[in-house]
Amino acid sequence: MQEKRKYWKGLEELENTPEFINNSLNEFAEFLPVKEKNGAADKETAPRRDFLKLMGFGLAAATLASCEAPVRKAIPYLHKPEEVDPGIANWYASTFFGDGDYNAVLVKTREGRPIKVEGNPLSGVTRGGLSPRGQASVLSLYDEARLKGPVSKSGQTHKDITWEEVDREITTKLAGVRGKVVLVSTTIISPTTKQVIREFGAKYPGFEHVQYDPISASALIQANGGVVPGYDFSKAKAIVGINADFIGPWLSQVEFAKQYITNRKVTRDNPNMSKHYQFETALSLTGANADIRVPIKPSEEGVFVAALYNRIAQATGGQVLNTPAFSQTKELDAAVKDLLANRGAALVVSGSNDLAVQTLVREINRALGSEGSTINPAAPIYTKQGNDAQMLRIIEEMNAGTVGAVIFYNANPVYNHPLAEKVKSGLAKVALKISFADRIDETAALADYITPDHHTLESWNDFEPRKGFVSLSQPTIAPLFKTRQVQDSLLVWSGNNTNYYDYLRTFWQSNFSSGDFNAFWDKAVHDGVLNNVSTPGQTSGAGAPPMTLAAASVAVNNTAKAAKGIELAVYQKSTIGSGEMANNPWLQELHDPISKATWDNYVAIPQSLAKEMDIKQNDVLRVKAANGTTIELPALIQPGQAKGTVSIAVGYGRTHAGKVANGVGANAYPLATVTNNGIQYINGVSIEKTGAEKPIAQTQTHHTFMDRLVVQEASLEEYKKDPTNVTEYIKIATPDGPQSPSKVSLWYDYEYKNHHWGMVIDLNSCIGCGSCVLGCVSENNTPIVGKQEVLNRRDMFWLRIDRYYSSDTHKETSEMGLIDTYQAMEEPSENPQVIFQPMLCQHCNHAPCETVCPVLATTHSTEGLNQMTYNRCVGTRYCANNCPYKVRRFNWFSYTDNEKFSVSNPQMQTDLGRMVLNPDVTVRARGVIEKCSFCVQRIQLGKLEAKKDGRRPKDGEIVTACAQSCPTNAIIFGDMKDPNSQVSQILRREDGERAFHVLEELNTQPNVTYLTKIRNSSIA
Amino acid sequence: MQHVSPVREPLVTGGKTYHDITEDVCRQVEAKPNIRWAIALAVALFFLGVFIYSVYRTLWYGIGEWGLNKTVDWAWDITNFVWWVGIGHAGTLISAVLLLFRQKWRSSINRAAEAMTIFAVICAAMFPVLHMGRPWLAYWVLPLPNTWGSLWVNFNSPLLWDVFAISTYFSVSLVFWYLGLIPDFATIRDRATGPIARRAYALLSFGWTGSAKHWSRYETVSLILAGISTPLVLSVHTIVSMDFATSVIPGWHTTIFPPYFVAGAIFSGFAMVLTLMIITRDVFRLKDYITLEHIESMNKIIIVTGSIVGVAYITEFFIAWYSGVEYEQYAFINRATGPYWWAYWSMMTCNVITPQLFWFRKIRRSVVATFIISIFVNIGMWFERFVIIVTSLHRDFLPSSWAMFSPTIIDVGVYVGTLGLFFTLFLLFAKYFPVVNMFEVKTILKSSSGVPHSHKPDSMHAHSPNNHNHHDK
Repeated sequence: MQEKRKYWKGLEELENTPEFINNSLNEFAEFLPVKEKNGAADKETAPRRDFLKLMGFGLAAATLASCEAPVRKAIPYLHKPEEVDPGIANWYASTFFGDGDYNAVLVKTREGRPIKVEGNPLSGVTRGGLSPRGQASVLSLYDEARLKGPVSKSGQTHKDITWEEVDREITTKLAGVRGKVVLVSTTIISPTTKQVIREFGAKYPGFEHVQYDPISASALIQANGGVVPGYDFSKAKAIVGINADFIGPWLSQVEFAKQYITNRKVTRDNPNMSKHYQFETALSLTGANADIRVPIKPSEEGVFVAALYNRIAQATGGQVLNTPAFSQTKELDAAVKDLLANRGAALVVSGSNDLAVQTLVREINRALGSEGSTINPAAPIYTKQGNDAQMLRIIEEMNAGTVGAVIFYNANPVYNHPLAEKVKSGLAKVALKISFADRIDETAALADYITPDHHTLESWNDFEPRKGFVSLSQPTIAPLFKTRQVQDSLLVWSGNNTNYYDYLRTFWQSNFSSGDFNAFWDKAVHDGVLNNVSTPGQTSGAGAPPMTLAAASVAVNNTAKAAKGIELAVYQKSTIGSGEMANNPWLQELHDPISKATWDNYVAIPQSLAKEMDIKQNDVLRVKAANGTTIELPALIQPGQAKGTVSIAVGYGRTHAGKVANGVGANAYPLATVTNNGIQYINGVSIEKTGAEKPIAQTQTHHTFMDRLVVQEASLEEYKKDPTNVTEYIKIATPDGPQSPSKVSLWYDYEYKNHHWGMVIDLNSCIGCGSCVLGCVSENNTPIVGKQEVLNRRDMFWLRIDRYYSSDTHKETSEMGLIDTYQAMEEPSENPQVIFQPMLCQHCNHAPCETVCPVLATTHSTEGLNQMTYNRCVGTRYCANNCPYKVRRFNWFSYTDNEKFSVSNPQMQTDLGRMVLNPDVTVRARGVIEKCSFCVQRIQLGKLEAKKDGRRPKDGEIVTACAQSCPTNAIIFGDMKDPNSQVSQILRREDGERAFHVLEELNTQPNVTYLTKIRNSSIA
Repeated sequence: MQHVSPVREPLVTGGKTYHDITEDVCRQVEAKPNIRWAIALAVALFFLGVFIYSVYRTLWYGIGEWGLNKTVDWAWDITNFVWWVGIGHAGTLISAVLLLFRQKWRSSINRAAEAMTIFAVICAAMFPVLHMGRPWLAYWVLPLPNTWGSLWVNFNSPLLWDVFAISTYFSVSLVFWYLGLIPDFATIRDRATGPIARRAYALLSFGWTGSAKHWSRYETVSLILAGISTPLVLSVHTIVSMDFATSVIPGWHTTIFPPYFVAGAIFSGFAMVLTLMIITRDVFRLKDYITLEHIESMNKIIIVTGSIVGVAYITEFFIAWYSGVEYEQYAFINRATGPYWWAYWSMMTCNVITPQLFWFRKIRRSVVATFIISIFVNIGMWFERFVIIVTSLHRDFLPSSWAMFSPTIIDVGVYVGTLGLFFTLFLLFAKYFPVVNMFEVKTILKSSSGVPHSHKPDSMHAHSPNNHNHHDK
């Protein structure tokens, strides 16, 4: 053992005097040398200087020690899920079908959260397009109003219950049910789900599955042998639409828009356009895009269709009917002429739910030889299968007490059926009421059990929107709540122990697959879609026999005679649809494409009626229908609304949808007319002013373009004659003669060495649907501000769609004085032409905003982007004032935590809602300006991906959210430095022809180029 | 030496002596606050409270508390800013430009006018800061060295020029005003009886003794500051006008703006001086110092500047027509006949028509008429800025963005609140500071009092202040 050595710290320790021992017990063994040695008297006191030194040091040290920032711990995965890399998005193919709106989609997930939905380009139906409701569907996943688990009713309230209990109780009650079991649903396009329902129904004798649609196509189905005909607008050279909003929410919004636009795009080499006539009551999205639009009353619909039928029958040798003459013969003649000239490539569609009208339309299409060309008999459409008569019968049966149990799946008749009161009274007589609703909606509130369904993004399912085209949905997130898929519930209740996923696979294996099923399935799940496969097809319950021509003739005559007074048309908007998704703030704030109204429905009245009854915009009207129901809504003066008619949209007036939608607008479903075997979305009404006023929040309050060159259009004839003469280019006088404004500049031009991003927007292709607006909102975390702030004109959309009506007055031709002329130019025509113009940051090369910012918060990038540095912005708003396009948006409030926005902006204010935010885009703070960034995060991602592969980004690899979501490819984005990019090619082709910059004379030199709209509106 | 016509009316009336001047001016400083003053201050403090509340709402919740929108991003904020800056022009013009031009009538009004300038600029300076979305970062508009690399301010931006123009103007005006106060503070100090007053005024008077050296330096610095201030009178509003003139917005993008704004500023400044002086001379019994002669002189300036402004309005219309630019033409037709026609015609009535009444000598010399017209001009000039800012913005290029602006209660609160702030400051000034420049008035007493004080009673030669080194104290 080694001897322990000891080292002394000094002589003192060695000596170990008592004084040393004593001192060593103190913290500082010796007194600190802080005193000035100037005498023994002040030996024990620290001098002032030292005191201050120590104090200063102590204070500084204490301050530094205490101001450490709180530690926020990022917790890494304990077991990292395969395929989930933080910061990298995963994409899954899926399908959105809701509210009659079908979209094959790709779902973007980040860290396991779905954050954005985009169109699936592989789909043969929607071909990469996506509707506004499809865009918004991801937000509905994170809806606070969703049920967190099954509930059962006790007294007037619902209490939580476990799945085991609910299954036990329901199976017991179903086993002992007296009377028939009815499953009421909206249209189901899932073949496998239908199989599940059949299996469930087989257990219960007298089981009936009823499908109905809030806005029904029952008559269309009935007239065409039980299915919606397989319309194909891409083959149609002449189209006549009669109250059919086919590029709107009618049957298949995106699909039809894609088809429709193929014959509407023009180039110098192919200057041909389809001719589209629209005869309609309310100005619809489709009517706004028509070449010739004729306002007709609902009661004239039959007369018109009969007249059209007669004229075509005369030409083709068919049976002529004795019906009243149609008054607007000029347009009728033109339509007949074009239809006959395009036999085999003509299509007539009607949105009417009148069997007589649909029968005549069918006959017209037959006479025109549409079947096999513009109507594909092999691929009928399944997105609407509702049967009005069956639903009406079930309501009667419920009231009669013969229904023992009723199950609601995606069906909310207490809200969206015109006979809601009868449904309610009927339900009181049904012993067992079950709802699969995801929330306690109007119908579910009366149910005994609510067993909430998964959101689409949480579930497996299949969809067949059109015969032969099948797609899958797959879960992109684990269920957020204790919900269960409807199909699983039905399987459990029918005693089948398989889960729906296996069931689905089995069904697919036996129906769609051949060869190696696992490989087939993997590919199907990966692609999400199967195109042109053979499927068993679906049948609708509409079994009633079609009408004879003679009966149709009688019916038309009766309808025409019966009409008197003001006629009401009830319609659905392409934004809010039937109201199923009403609790979605994105859809509420997305402006109606035509009226630009948000957060409300209203009575659309024609100018003539407004003048006649002295109604001002926002005057609250009491609309009393012939069936006795009344509704009070503000008036909106709608150019294009047929004289003597008013229109009211459904989808509003929800009472049990959630705090976003509850109390917004009024419910228009009860205004529809219920006849013996169907529902007519029309009624005779009387109108009176209540004297009250309720402002309608519109994102655009000035509707004409005042003959300014902000939008440009020309006729097809002009374009065919000389494509270089359709666009007006401003020239500036210089000593060397007139010059393009960009040639006369005080500024040095930027030099772009690598990329120069640019966008082309074809005004001819833009149908104004608003899908791009929501695509942008979803991608860029735009706050939703609610009705009051829209009224204050503070909506935050980075991209808006300007909609202009034509005016009867023009500056050149007006004989009035200048002041009167300008005032008259503010008035839209009675039946105006409409033009849409998506307006976003133009990314000017000589940007007025960049020069005026005092702190350089907005600058120009080396790739041509006008970029906004939020961190640097102090919020003077000078840039917004100086922006001639008014595309800059200011954060007036702190939208992320201000109470005022808790209803409209839950996606930034709640933990659940925040899951939808795109982590690649900053949520902007109060007091800063924001605006379109050309989706700089996508550009950056695309460049990085290319860099990893050591190549340049390919054209089409980098697209902005708006360009990506456009169902008609009206927006093209790309690198203008790449001569082979689509953008460059279009710009080369259209230079001097249709390409123009908005406000070119300001020499802002935008990177966004518009293409002149070409109209095919002349009537020979 | 400059010849002064003997028929010219005296600038000081009532047979005042040097001592009278001291007594008259010091009376309110030394006397107990009177009840009228106290009530006025209470009212002003109430509105100051309104200001504080409105500013609290603005700062706590955001600019959304105001009525602005995505089309009209400036409205009352910048209207008030330009209005207050304009008002702040008279003081410097009177003290600097008129000093250089040896206009002796300025002596009795320059002190109050300068004070008004300072307070108006304080009010004005509130707005560029308050209107920011993130006012706590307002210092970013200063070219400060920082750790963000090459990040600097944007010298292209007229807002940055504003920062320099306003801050320079404010500091020079403040120094100029304070410098002039020093000899008078010394007078009050020497007369003071109470210990607090004596110490306070001793501090304020910077140890002024009235020695020849002091006077000499005083005069030199005054002249230098007057020289610096004179271009500022022109530059400040020129630069403010460039906020608009350098933009692309029709109705803003106008080369006439600099002279037009400067004329307008002087116009409104004088109107505000008149409003205040007419009250002050009555309340503080200073009619012998601020005479009808003063009022008439100022009214003449109002006619001149008001007419310049009127011509500018008409020129704008002519140029809009002559330019042939669609947007420009519409902007002006919209001003006069659009939804804000009432604002435009209020402006025209108040600014162009009412001041023309001053061509009549009777009206020019009527205190009541002058007071009313001065209020009209104040209102009209506020509307001028409102018209320029709001009616140009609300209907600019793309009709889809056209919108209306309507103020919220907070907008109104901030505006009347700055009036409260202004009058609080002015009332405190009027009570505790000498409102009339005693020593300068004394310099003109002999030449222009109407009473033969001088050694050569028939001679009405002007005397510059440097000839008078000795004053009664």
